[in-house]
Amino acid sequence: MAKIIVVTSGKGGVGKTTSSAAIGTGIALKGFKTVIIDFDVGLRNLDLIMGCERRVVYDFVNVINKEATLTQALIKDKRTKDLFILPASQTRDKDALTIEGVQTVLEDLAKEFDYIICDSPAGIEKGAQMALYFADAAIVVTNPEVSSVRDSDRILGILQSKSKRAEEGREPIEEHLLLTRYHPERVALGEMLSVSDVEDILAVPLIGVIPESEAVLKASNQGSPVILDVESEAGQAYVDAVDRLMGEEKPLRFLDVQKKGFFKRLLGG
Amino acid sequence: MTDSGFRLKGSVVTTVLLEIQAFSLNSIIAQLKNKIEQVPHFFNQAPVIIDITKMTQEVTYEELNGLVIAVGELGLGVIGWRCDAQRVPEWRNQLSIPLLPASKTRPINPPAPIVAQEHNADVVVKTVVEERLVPQTTKVIAKPIRSGQQVYAEGDLIILTQVSAGAEVLADGNIHVYGALRGRALAGVKGDTNARIFCKSMEAELVSIAGNFMLSDGLQNIIWKESAQVLLVEDSLEVQSL
Repeated sequence: MAKIIVVTSGKGGVGKTTSSAAIGTGIALKGFKTVIIDFDVGLRNLDLIMGCERRVVYDFVNVINKEATLTQALIKDKRTKDLFILPASQTRDKDALTIEGVQTVLEDLAKEFDYIICDSPAGIEKGAQMALYFADAAIVVTNPEVSSVRDSDRILGILQSKSKRAEEGREPIEEHLLLTRYHPERVALGEMLSVSDVEDILAVPLIGVIPESEAVLKASNQGSPVILDVESEAGQAYVDAVDRLMGEEKPLRFLDVQKKGFFKRLLGG
Repeated sequence: MTDSGFRLKGSVVTTVLLEIQAFSLNSIIAQLKNKIEQVPHFFNQAPVIIDITKMTQEVTYEELNGLVIAVGELGLGVIGWRCDAQRVPEWRNQLSIPLLPASKTRPINPPAPIVAQEHNADVVVKTVVEERLVPQTTKVIAKPIRSGQQVYAEGDLIILTQVSAGAEVLADGNIHVYGALRGRALAGVKGDTNARIFCKSMEAELVSIAGNFMLSDGLQNIIWKESAQVLLVEDSLEVQSL
């Protein structure tokens, strides 16, 4: 039975797609057959971040409308074994998604895959609700600033009230908090919320803190998930986050302000 | 409780109060019939309480019993009667319907022009809200109340964790928050001025007791991020440290 994980946030631009790509890749690297679904119909981005935009022929909406089979629409990742992408449609909007259609696709995928990652669109409307409705677990992506935290809180409420699990009175969706774009220097200056501030407000277990890093932008532009950039702090932080998602205990890294060494200062690094 | 096959619960029902001012069976029934014809849906199977509190002369058992039967024949359901507590007739237990205590009732002006332009009426039909002591139910919530969520309890509301900013908790009775209260908390929403709000960390956007409210600006000057209680003292809101 596949585990369905939704990557959601409420607010846009916090790093949902980047995190979906990184975490999906990380899980696949552990040998689990994984598929990442782009639920952001009309604003598809996942294929760009995964570097497979030129290979998109059929999409999620085509499969829902039975215009294509899953096998036709699934794109096999070229870098990572066991990883597949189901891209969103660029020409349609969120109304193309139906509960029954999404359910059928997820049930078919569940027969073949171990993990299904649903990359949610921003907002709390239909698209986001579709992405989280069938989830078993949720990764709530938050930036350390008040509006993002407030929106995450809102989406946590929706996870616990409007999901299938909530409606059926089953065990609630497992919640994980992923703090992204963390800037230790700005936290120290009091310009950003700290990890403990966010944990205190949201009261959800933390699975990772991803430092703000140029590697993320570079990876996006190159169409390669940042988790594959093992040299970068962001890549390593995502590796840690995936390990914690799988139940491993690991200390948090990259939370402290790094003191610049003599040479680094001299060279202006 | 459920293994006994039933549950006893309190309930509040809106009833029609038939207030008799002068007893004349035929005239009462005739007038009542006339009113029922005006709004048949309203009176169909409506629960009725016969009230003889305002009558000056004594009523006999036969008279009242006759009225109960006649009212029942009109399609109304007589569920009880009421009389002046000082002048309870000796035959009270003979009647098939219970004698209700003359509790505090709040007459509400009927929306339909039922009693309009009838000055010499012997019968006044009033819609009243029956107020009875209903055992208060306490709602206990173990999950955080998130932004955008609203929770209401008819009795007391107990939240074991936090109330997030942008969330709203309301109760007819008291509100207890065993975590940070960051959203809005409104206790005594039905007017109970004795209701209170208790929280482990006061960081509320708004607190209100029976309609008297205070915003976070005001709270920050008194108690902030500490355990506190909010209560009403002579119509003004007081925030006290716990």
